[in-house]
Amino acid sequence: MSQGLQGRPPEERPHPTGRRNTQGIRIDPEVEAELLPRRTVISVLVKHEPGVLARVSGLFSRRQFNIESLTVGPIQDDALARITLVVEEPDPGIDQIEKQLAKLVPVVAVDELDPDAIRRELALVKVDGASPDEIHAITEIYGGHVLDASEHTVTIELTGSRQKIEAAIASYHDRFGIREIARTGAVALERGEETTA
Amino acid sequence: MSDGAPAVSRPDTETDEEPTPTAVTTGAQAVVHALEGAGVEHMFGVQGGAIMPVYDALYDAGIQHVTMAHEQGAAHAADAYGIVTGRPGVCIATSGPGATNLITGIADANMDSDPLLALTGQVPTAFVGNDAFQETDTIGITTPITKQNYFADDADTVGDVVGQAYALARDGRQGPTVVDLPKDVTLGETDREPGPPRTPDTYTVTYEADEAAVEAAATALMAAEKPVILAGGGVIKGNATEPLRAFAIEHDIPVITTMPAVGAFPEDHELALEMAGMHGTGYANMAITHCDVMLAVGTRFDDRLTGGIETFAPEAEVVHVDIDPAEISKNVHADYPLVGDAGVVLDQLAAAMTRSPDAAEWREQCAGWKADYPMDYATPDDEPLKPQFVVEAVDAATPDDTIVTTGVGQHQMWAVQYWTFREPRTWVSSHGLGTMGYGLPSAIGAKLAAPDRTVVCFDGDGSFLMTMQELAVAVREELDITVFVLNNAAIGMVRQWQDAFFDQRRMASEYPWVPPFDEVAESFGARGFRIEGYDEVDAVIEAALAYDGPSVVDVHIDPAENVYPMVPSGGDNGRFALAEDQL
Repeated sequence: MSQGLQGRPPEERPHPTGRRNTQGIRIDPEVEAELLPRRTVISVLVKHEPGVLARVSGLFSRRQFNIESLTVGPIQDDALARITLVVEEPDPGIDQIEKQLAKLVPVVAVDELDPDAIRRELALVKVDGASPDEIHAITEIYGGHVLDASEHTVTIELTGSRQKIEAAIASYHDRFGIREIARTGAVALERGEETTA
Repeated sequence: MSDGAPAVSRPDTETDEEPTPTAVTTGAQAVVHALEGAGVEHMFGVQGGAIMPVYDALYDAGIQHVTMAHEQGAAHAADAYGIVTGRPGVCIATSGPGATNLITGIADANMDSDPLLALTGQVPTAFVGNDAFQETDTIGITTPITKQNYFADDADTVGDVVGQAYALARDGRQGPTVVDLPKDVTLGETDREPGPPRTPDTYTVTYEADEAAVEAAATALMAAEKPVILAGGGVIKGNATEPLRAFAIEHDIPVITTMPAVGAFPEDHELALEMAGMHGTGYANMAITHCDVMLAVGTRFDDRLTGGIETFAPEAEVVHVDIDPAEISKNVHADYPLVGDAGVVLDQLAAAMTRSPDAAEWREQCAGWKADYPMDYATPDDEPLKPQFVVEAVDAATPDDTIVTTGVGQHQMWAVQYWTFREPRTWVSSHGLGTMGYGLPSAIGAKLAAPDRTVVCFDGDGSFLMTMQELAVAVREELDITVFVLNNAAIGMVRQWQDAFFDQRRMASEYPWVPPFDEVAESFGARGFRIEGYDEVDAVIEAALAYDGPSVVDVHIDPAENVYPMVPSGGDNGRFALAEDQL
């Protein structure tokens, strides 16, 4: 008759002192740094075919990536579309997002944009129209356009960086009262000769 | 292979099939011609309304269709067929419930990167979105569990779409694909003969790793004092067993396998440490914990392998070879990322190695661990039959190239621990998804894939109850398979966890009654046997294996027996427990 499993119990075995962090990276105790999330823009060129957007957006929920905005639209080549994503993750997460996107069959190219890339968002803001002159003045400051005015409302178009739009919205909110907002996510292109994805 | 990368020869890219003589007239015929053109010989499925046009086209085809009892069985059988042959297994079902019944099998294939093509019927395109009879959003449901899926919308292109789905399931990192086939498309007129299966032009695979990265990895390996090779399922999927064995033996490096890689390295070789992880061997888990350089090939570092990531190979530099760049540094950071085909990159590494690591002391240490923590089980006279004994007895009674399939649970672990695997594609199991009920349908698929080989299935009573209706198929198809139901009248693994982690509160894990599986088998038209004690083991195994047809052996095992060693979920591999009191 055999005896069954033999051997030293767990606490009596030799054990290495090293450790990995939750990202699976070996920790150097001397220079242990916590990886902080950062916000970045990822541009994805995809085949313009049904189901692509579902696969891309499904990827973000499936893998619990933090996504701030997703914008999709056609490009100069009818067969392709560009998806612009703003994400917030630590570096290993951003790396994973890019690789998981690149792995999707209808994805043609994936690129994380330079920090100085051109980024623009669009917002439509409908405010109470009691003081139209003041609204025009504020809109001028932020480079916006008044698109529609009725007896009681003014609707403004704002384009620009996220910060600018947030600042403008705060101004309208404080002075006039906001009725409705519709906003897009960011679209972005690299500067100069550099191509995007 | 669309990127002009060095081609890796695959046995399935050429076919001796004669061109089909009849010309295509419908979308359904284009589908079948695409399958024939891809070299498909077997399909597993269940008929139904929306898929009838495709079945009608199969009437004249040179493909053997196996009608399964349930679509889940069709998916698992096709999955096992893919594992054994290396070519995509094909399953087929109708719309609605037919498609949803495939889902478990498709998800299983996705987790294990098994090559699988699923064809589903769909309501006519004019009805799609109207909640028509037997309509379901198959594309929506299968998107997160497929490598790619296609809604066929044109009879002219449907054949090429099927070929594309077949090629995608087969090439690069293998996986499941789905083509949803609306009835008006399969009935639709076309004379377009599909071309050979071809991946889409947006799909690229890197076969050869960056040469500088290979050099750096080889340098690290040569300098290693405590090297191990961790072979993953990709070694088998990539047909890289031979280069892996050659590399390990040439450089005298101990080899650990993940569960899907069981068989990649002969378990009776002196360098073999067998499987690591939750129920891996003590010696594999000691080696994985103490190594200083790990050559990991074709593995995704699943949590059942790594345990807690903080304590996984905590001092090892990791060389990670994988054909899927997204696996690199997903769970464990790769110090040396080598993206490429397992066999090609192993050849590159072999060429870059100018000497072997100086690791005699380490090999001695590994041999010491083998002696310190042997895989063994006690067989006291006053306790019922031990399942491990049965696994070893079946192993001893069968040829070395026998194919073993399993369900999921304790029986699966005893099978992998106590069977000595020597060849790739002989271990057919559900690893990532952990699908109970996988065993019997996968034995059917395996037998059709390898009719000249012995196929045995180890199942549990819980697993067998989930898919045992497929016995009807095994009898009808006259398949010589032998199922050993290691019967402890419980969902044993859950019962084991309840005893260890839930204060022995055995909620819904014990079966107060299970049917007599030998009698069940007989009523299906199979042969039934029963083993209740050690003295019956050899004779019954011999009789069951000798029967030329499906047989089921109801093996009444010790219901108190548990699976050890065990690393608790998220635990430290180096602190594996040898018994419950060490958890």
